[in-house]
Amino acid sequence: MAVNKNSNGYTFLFSTLMVVIVGTALAYTSLSLKPLQKANEADKKMVNILGAIGVTASRDNAKEEFSKYVTERISVTFAGKEVNKTSGEIDATDKTDPFNINVKKDYRGIIGKIVKSTKKDPELQESKLMKADVAYPLYVCVKNDSTFYVAPVVGTGLWGPIWGYVALMDDAETFYGATFDHKTETPGLGAEIREVFFTEKFAGKTLNNGADVVFEVKKSGSVTDEHSVDGITGGTITSKGVGEMLNRTLPVYVKYLEQTSNQKAQL
Amino acid sequence: MSTEVKEIKKSESLFSKKNRRLLSDPLNDSNPITVQVLGICSALAITVQVQQAVIMSAAVLFVMIGGNVIVSLLRNLIPDRIRIIVQLVIIAALVIIVNEVLKAFLPDISEKLSVFVGLIITNCIIMGRLEAFALGNKPGPSFLDAIGNGLGYAWILLAVAFVREIFGSGAFSFPGIGQLKFIPDSWFIANGGFYENNNLMILPPMALVVVGIIIWVQRSRNTKLIEEN
Repeated sequence: MAVNKNSNGYTFLFSTLMVVIVGTALAYTSLSLKPLQKANEADKKMVNILGAIGVTASRDNAKEEFSKYVTERISVTFAGKEVNKTSGEIDATDKTDPFNINVKKDYRGIIGKIVKSTKKDPELQESKLMKADVAYPLYVCVKNDSTFYVAPVVGTGLWGPIWGYVALMDDAETFYGATFDHKTETPGLGAEIREVFFTEKFAGKTLNNGADVVFEVKKSGSVTDEHSVDGITGGTITSKGVGEMLNRTLPVYVKYLEQTSNQKAQL
Repeated sequence: MSTEVKEIKKSESLFSKKNRRLLSDPLNDSNPITVQVLGICSALAITVQVQQAVIMSAAVLFVMIGGNVIVSLLRNLIPDRIRIIVQLVIIAALVIIVNEVLKAFLPDISEKLSVFVGLIITNCIIMGRLEAFALGNKPGPSFLDAIGNGLGYAWILLAVAFVREIFGSGAFSFPGIGQLKFIPDSWFIANGGFYENNNLMILPPMALVVVGIIIWVQRSRNTKLIEEN
């Protein structure tokens, strides 16, 4: 039986079969490698969290170092109410473990949209964020007998997502350290937010708690005070993005930390 | 009778003189990067470290061999009108598999290579070989052709990465093995010496210059390649 290779029927049959076979093969690969990839991502996350408190870890020793320094994992609501609190082993399948909260996904799906649509109206933004069903993870770390709080922050740079981890001292006001990273910022300009020369500027600066703008990343070359840092030359929009995500996210944790310290004081 | 003779003639040894040329030509006379100037984008981007270049070359080699052999096996089945799409789907599927495997087993390198693994899909060498060779040849020769072109790409990448890493970083770093220092520590200005790493080497423009130098050296040694004009 001779098959006409140029007939429409044959072409459709061929492409249908091809799509089914290729699709199956790719789905199988993706599913079977998923657990390993997840574990790698978790290791990377631990390395980043530890990086914020100045502990250098690698993928190989991330787990041990993480359990050594991070004592508690907490999730809070936008209003600063505690949702969950755990410590000890991380169970990758436990959805309630604050470590397993995917802040980037929450930002992409919910928070980012709210921020974008309410850029000019901070009050509306706050009320919308208050209603959104999103939990904010917080990591309590103990290093050299002092306590630090590491908070993840996610925002938008010039071309795509930017994120980072900020370590606050236990006064819920002073920066201890910060790390930032990005997906597609311009190399040499916005991409510099991940470099040490930028992140080291944060150490020792304080949040202006109670004010509308708790912390500012100023246009490069501006005069800075204790509540602001100098942005990156030529990376103004990325720098603004860093400022925005700090301003939006850190007050959530500050509210939580102030509430808990008030409770402690009352006891 | 006549068909039989043809069959015998066609089933020549895999390592006949003609087939050996499939392997050796792309290394020199028809090198994909230096002579055909294909696949330049990745050659410029990921040759800062030898380690990255090795992984990238391995990835390209895998996709190249897989694509060439699969297309060659299907060459009598692929409808002419959609052959480019079919080739693209095969390449893309292989590249995604490579990317997933890298993410699972070599996460650090996967992060450094970032988008460039995905961009293998658009590497002209691969598409070019599928279209020009695999579609018209048996799987055996196609396999050799893939290895030849893959290695032709690989050795240029490694040569460029070698030069750039020595002058740009002064040492090779391999995970597991550690650093292989070429410039003694005491030579560096920081330690009271006279030497400093050339930061320009780490930037993409120097990759272009290094590739240019390789092309220059190659043409001066292999006069066949010089166009008469």
